[in-house]
Amino acid sequence: MHEMSLAEGVLQLVEETAMRENAQRVKLVVLEIGRLSSVEPEALRFCFEAVVDGSIAHGAVLEIVDVPGVGWCMPCGESVAMDEVFGACPRCGSYQLQPTGGTEMRVREIEIE
Amino acid sequence: MCTVCGCGAGETKVEGEAREDSHEHTHVHEDGTVHSHAHEHGESPLGVHSHTHRHADGSEHGHAHTHAGEHAHHHEHGIAGDLDYGAGPARAHAPGLSQSRMVQIEQDILAKNNAYAAANRRWFDERGIFALNLVSSPGSGKTTLLVRTIELLKGKVAISVVEGDQQTSNDAERIRATGVPALQINTGKGCHLDGHMVGHALERLQPADESLFLIENVGNLVCPAAFDLGEQHKVAILSVTEGEDKPLKYPDMFRAADVLLLNKCDLLPYLQFDADLAEANARRVNPKLTIFRVSATSGDGLAAWLSWIEAGLEMQRGKRAETVAALQRRIAELERQLTAR
Repeated sequence: MHEMSLAEGVLQLVEETAMRENAQRVKLVVLEIGRLSSVEPEALRFCFEAVVDGSIAHGAVLEIVDVPGVGWCMPCGESVAMDEVFGACPRCGSYQLQPTGGTEMRVREIEIE
Repeated sequence: MCTVCGCGAGETKVEGEAREDSHEHTHVHEDGTVHSHAHEHGESPLGVHSHTHRHADGSEHGHAHTHAGEHAHHHEHGIAGDLDYGAGPARAHAPGLSQSRMVQIEQDILAKNNAYAAANRRWFDERGIFALNLVSSPGSGKTTLLVRTIELLKGKVAISVVEGDQQTSNDAERIRATGVPALQINTGKGCHLDGHMVGHALERLQPADESLFLIENVGNLVCPAAFDLGEQHKVAILSVTEGEDKPLKYPDMFRAADVLLLNKCDLLPYLQFDADLAEANARRVNPKLTIFRVSATSGDGLAAWLSWIEAGLEMQRGKRAETVAALQRRIAELERQLTAR
């Protein structure tokens, strides 16, 4: 999906935080990307490298934490693992699944100096 | 491009807007305060500019920032009432004292867009405006469907339209031909509308209270799914000349939508398209989806779609009535306090 805009969003949050903390350099950026979010981690990594060029986060290591998908299966009445947003319940095969976890796209933390 | 206001050269253009180098901007902060300021682009060599903000609490601060093709707005908010001139060089680290440390951010990547969208939504609710964000792949018949919908509804309700496309104002012209105001936003290299662009469109179009506000997003089944514009509902349009498996191929959009219009149904007799299978695939991705089978050309099925819109307008009118009632209660309470003095 829209990884370039997202990479710019990440850089904005990183720059705001780095400026508030009077950082001189950002060494590490940690993101949490859920498996059910609309982000392709590899494409985001590619775009991140492009947008941080020349910024305070130039050369920063990007760590992407993979958050597994979890959904609530209505027929089972239980939380089950979900690999795709349109996936079936691994227990009963129903598609009546509501994603409850793994939809996040967040900047968790940064390491600065 | 400027990711905050979308005002870079060759990038986002709001139709009819003078291309001068300075303009007015409105910001929404995470705490919900909104402020606006003027700024200029590209006059000083480094693109540095400064501006002053007034916050909802009455405090004011000024700060400078640098443009390098795009700008991020770094706002330092002090304690309420402080005058704050931002994180200038005077507050920089003393040399030799730097040490590496972790700082928690814990923020959604789309937090900024979501804040703009929330402000738009509040604006719509306070005025009883029913806003729809129409999304589909290019060529599904969005504009034809819009034109038809407008023709059938314009006698009953005020309508305004935002048209998003990478280039040209062809769609806005088609809408204007129906007699309702339309604003074209060209996203340039961008592939979706965002909450900030729609906020600007609201300022320009000034939709009437209790009206219908239609946003035709850029024809793209991928990116617009993630960008909330402040609408009440996303409406996905799938035409029967596409594949039945499109909801499975592009699940994010069909999951983000509340309504699916299966368009060009007048062509079904000539195609090998299985409409039931398409609906089943869409419901597999999003069990809550409301589906209407329509044809913008023949008019078939439009009655159900129009009554769904009218129900939405009615609900938004209720929200405006609540806002008005709350304000009246507040006035009554303040008057009571005044007489008590």
